[in-house]
Amino acid sequence: MSGIILPGADGALYQRDRAWHPPADTPTYKSTTFRAPKQSLLALGPTKSELSGPTFGHEKLGALDNDLIRNFSQDGTEAIGQRLVVYGQVLDENARPVPRTLVEFWQANAGGRYRHKKEGYLAAIDPNFGGFGRALTDENGFYSFRTIKPGAYPWPNGGNDWRPAHIHFSVFGHAFAQRLITQMYFEGDPMIWQCPIVGTVPDKAGIDQLIARLDRHNTAPMDALAYRFDIVLRGRRSTMFENKLEGN
Amino acid sequence: MLHPVPTLKETPSQTAGPYVHIGMTPNFCGITGVIDADMGLSMLTPDTKGQRIVITGRVIDGSGAPVADAVIEIWQADADGGFVTPPSRDSNSRPSFLGWGRQPADAEGSFTFETIKPGPVAGPDGRPQAPHVSLWIVARGINIGLQTRLYFSDEAAANAEDYVLNKIMDKRRRPTLIAQKQDGDVPRYVLDIHLQGPNETVFFDF
Ligand SMILES: [Fe+3]
Repeated sequence: MSGIILPGADGALYQRDRAWHPPADTPTYKSTTFRAPKQSLLALGPTKSELSGPTFGHEKLGALDNDLIRNFSQDGTEAIGQRLVVYGQVLDENARPVPRTLVEFWQANAGGRYRHKKEGYLAAIDPNFGGFGRALTDENGFYSFRTIKPGAYPWPNGGNDWRPAHIHFSVFGHAFAQRLITQMYFEGDPMIWQCPIVGTVPDKAGIDQLIARLDRHNTAPMDALAYRFDIVLRGRRSTMFENKLEGN
Repeated sequence: MLHPVPTLKETPSQTAGPYVHIGMTPNFCGITGVIDADMGLSMLTPDTKGQRIVITGRVIDGSGAPVADAVIEIWQADADGGFVTPPSRDSNSRPSFLGWGRQPADAEGSFTFETIKPGPVAGPDGRPQAPHVSLWIVARGINIGLQTRLYFSDEAAANAEDYVLNKIMDKRRRPTLIAQKQDGDVPRYVLDIHLQGPNETVFFDF
């Protein structure tokens, strides 16, 4: 039984704070020039179609899906590079954990090279590194994976632009309107602050949310450093007087 | 106070970059052996109820060039207008129709989904919305995923009453969301997504 339902207690999502996200058109990141919509977005409250979303609790993930050190190994040899455990909690804006949601990640190898046919960087391919993995969050919203630290790489934007080491993340949440793609950076990397793509995020505190923290407590001794990267998805409205909170 | 104030800020979006296909359709990029099949490629099972259809189109940028590095995801109701939830959280059985699909754009910027025609879903005003599919598009140069919808040209009466379409004040822009039907054994609905230009697709902030 739910308790007293007050007006607005419909489980709707908080409106996205668009000023916290990068605007569509960011001239210093030149790829946006022909790809940023010019018309303003039509702001509407989400309907049932956007408040629902796919669930992946029934997906059987493979044992190595969250182990990029070994999941593309051709002959049992592990990927080359500095060994890491990356973990974190997926929360919503109300600081509630988001359980059983799918997190996907992809990255360059230790030399900064992606395994992609359009990739032209000189750095060598690692035959045992694919650069893709995925995980489901647990009951408390935590995910984790093993990988190697990706290298920085140059890209054709300005004359001499380099991406800081980063891992791309895709997160589902429980509503299609929560869908999010972002990138994770590494604490202490001076290259974060000269990157045109990082610089699309307007607020320094927003950029700070994209920087994973070195976590000495969760280091695997003589094996892997740990970095913690928490991810916040849009939250749902719910009143303070409900016994049963809407959403999850 | 009626609502708790959100205590955390949403993690800022970042572009999916040029290699989003690695992360979302690894087998399509030749990263095979990690997962059996790319997720969302196949939406139908023999048990899926409803009219089989094909949804296809291209993603095109402001210079008229194909957006070859895009990923398109769709989310839709089943034939009865319901959204699928698995039988139980811990069930290993897939529902007969998940309602979610994902396709990489190809070199021509083209995408194709084999799915079913969705049933009507109740709108915020209580009346049924016209049958529609929700779309989400990411690519290099897109800083935050683009939300839009696809409607069906053979639902003209329902489209004329649709809650969302009617919120588009400039009526000339409504057709940017309406896929044109091509008859066949399996009907095809064709809709191009224009990121810019005179036919720029209407994108939403849902
Ligand atoms: Fe990258």
